[in-house]
Amino acid sequence: MTVSADEVALYLKRRARWSPFEIAFWIFAFATIWLFPGKYLILKDTAILALFALSLDLILGYAGIISLGQAAFFGFAGYFAGLVAKYGIINEPVIALVCSGLITAALGFVTSFLVLRGSDLTRLMVTLGVSLMLGELANRYSNITGGADGLQGVEIEPVLGRFRFDLFGHNGYVYCLIVLFICFVIARRIVYSPFGLSLRSIKGNTLRAAAIGVPVKWRLVAIYTVSAGLAGIAGALLTQTTAFCSLDVFSLERSADLLLVLIIGGTGYLYGGLIGAVIYKFLQDWLANLTPQYWQFWIGLVLVVIVLIGRERMAGWVRIVRSLLVRLGTWLMPRLPALGGAAPDGR
Amino acid sequence: MSETMPKTTPILQTIGLEKRFGGILAAQNVNLAVEPGARHALIGPNGAGKTTVINLLTGVLRPTAGRIELEGRDITSLLPHQRVRLGMARTFQINQLFLDLTPLESIGLVVSERLGSGADWWRLVGTKSAVTDEIVEIVERTAILPYGKQRLLEIALAFACRPRVLLLDEPAAGVPEAERHELLATIEALPKDVTVLLIEHDMDLVFSFAERISVLVNGALFVDGAPDEVARDPRVKAVYLGEELDA
Repeated sequence: MTVSADEVALYLKRRARWSPFEIAFWIFAFATIWLFPGKYLILKDTAILALFALSLDLILGYAGIISLGQAAFFGFAGYFAGLVAKYGIINEPVIALVCSGLITAALGFVTSFLVLRGSDLTRLMVTLGVSLMLGELANRYSNITGGADGLQGVEIEPVLGRFRFDLFGHNGYVYCLIVLFICFVIARRIVYSPFGLSLRSIKGNTLRAAAIGVPVKWRLVAIYTVSAGLAGIAGALLTQTTAFCSLDVFSLERSADLLLVLIIGGTGYLYGGLIGAVIYKFLQDWLANLTPQYWQFWIGLVLVVIVLIGRERMAGWVRIVRSLLVRLGTWLMPRLPALGGAAPDGR
Repeated sequence: MSETMPKTTPILQTIGLEKRFGGILAAQNVNLAVEPGARHALIGPNGAGKTTVINLLTGVLRPTAGRIELEGRDITSLLPHQRVRLGMARTFQINQLFLDLTPLESIGLVVSERLGSGADWWRLVGTKSAVTDEIVEIVERTAILPYGKQRLLEIALAFACRPRVLLLDEPAAGVPEAERHELLATIEALPKDVTVLLIEHDMDLVFSFAERISVLVNGALFVDGAPDEVARDPRVKAVYLGEELDA
């Protein structure tokens, strides 16, 4: 019974293949630009929320770090992007966006050392604490941030010097969608790399990961930094597309909503945040139209139902769809009998 | 000190190792010396501190006092993954596998960590031939995947670290009788240049495998010697082997 290095390589690479489901997902995502011209504003918010949720999925779904403080990075980058545009420090939005991501990643790197200590509960409290502190700092230094009135007078230049953010939100949505896609591809590349494999091993069994030579702490620091950077890009997108930033970017509600989005969509397969964001945003929109005054009651009820009853079932559906797609994929791919689950008795 | 020194320099050595949990002394003045290439067993009754000693050796626990040396180098303050890189790997009494990862991915992870490409974040898994070649070699040597047996995977993961010192923590624990011979054959087949420290309850396994046995009682080394010496030692019979042999 022998296997070749090529077979091993093919087997290891199979997860990283783009499945038909993924290709269809992105074709549909880009088709919405033409399919729903009247829905640009909510679509844009959905894309930003999806990117934000993706950032949390990287640490929660792949490294097992639970956080209630992603809003810290979202808000920090939101103000950063607003301030650099307002004072004309960086005028071109794409460069400003990249800079926001990088500086927020640096903030993530610094705070990661606080977060890596202790258990899940400690992490929840520490991440929450960091975002509360940043929120209050933004409130205190209202001469810079505008305080409770929000950051006024932000002027965003056209993207790449050509595409001005229009009133209907068309360019804004296209911009957000492209940024989301690029960030998604980067995240996807990371989780299917050896680095991503080591993260999954840490999430699955930290004790054993250390016992086979994985430097657990540094891997967690690295992914937390990347996650903060992506959350920062999401925050900067919001400021750039609305030309405004207010204190609620730091709110606990924003971090909590994000956890709900991931609970709805599921963690650890990258699409959870994206699908969850779509469901959450459109549910919110639909309910707000139905009962403008008491819509939060219904969204609360729906969330309770989803979490208590539907979540397992939803995860089950996803698993069924995924296993069908995987089966389809392996059927299309060359068979690997030696490495598959069923153990042949050859020797 | 010099009178207890063995002829060759030990590859793994502890000097006055001590671990205290609150008021309990789980390990006291443990002076263990494992010679290069040895088949060394560490035995002792339940609660003797065997697991504490292995956790100290691998860096899961920090000793309260004492020193650990690997190939003459002080590793007492190193983190677990740093000790792995210096050539010491272990298996666990209770399987510690990565449930999200397939066996092949698990072994690939170990190999890529050891070859220093574990932090590659832009290269896709399975695209480095140095790693895949070595996976093939390990898979063939341990014959792990066709049988899909977790206990063997447990050992294969440690083996994939290519250790010079391998600590086996009760490898036969929980293995059904029918599969034991296969497991024992795998352990027997480990290369002779790999030093093995076996922590075990099973006396048949210990006496068929070990060339040297250390007996741990109440956190302290009690007797240290060749298997027949240990077996004959009346004190060992009294505290430990007596119960086992009668059973």
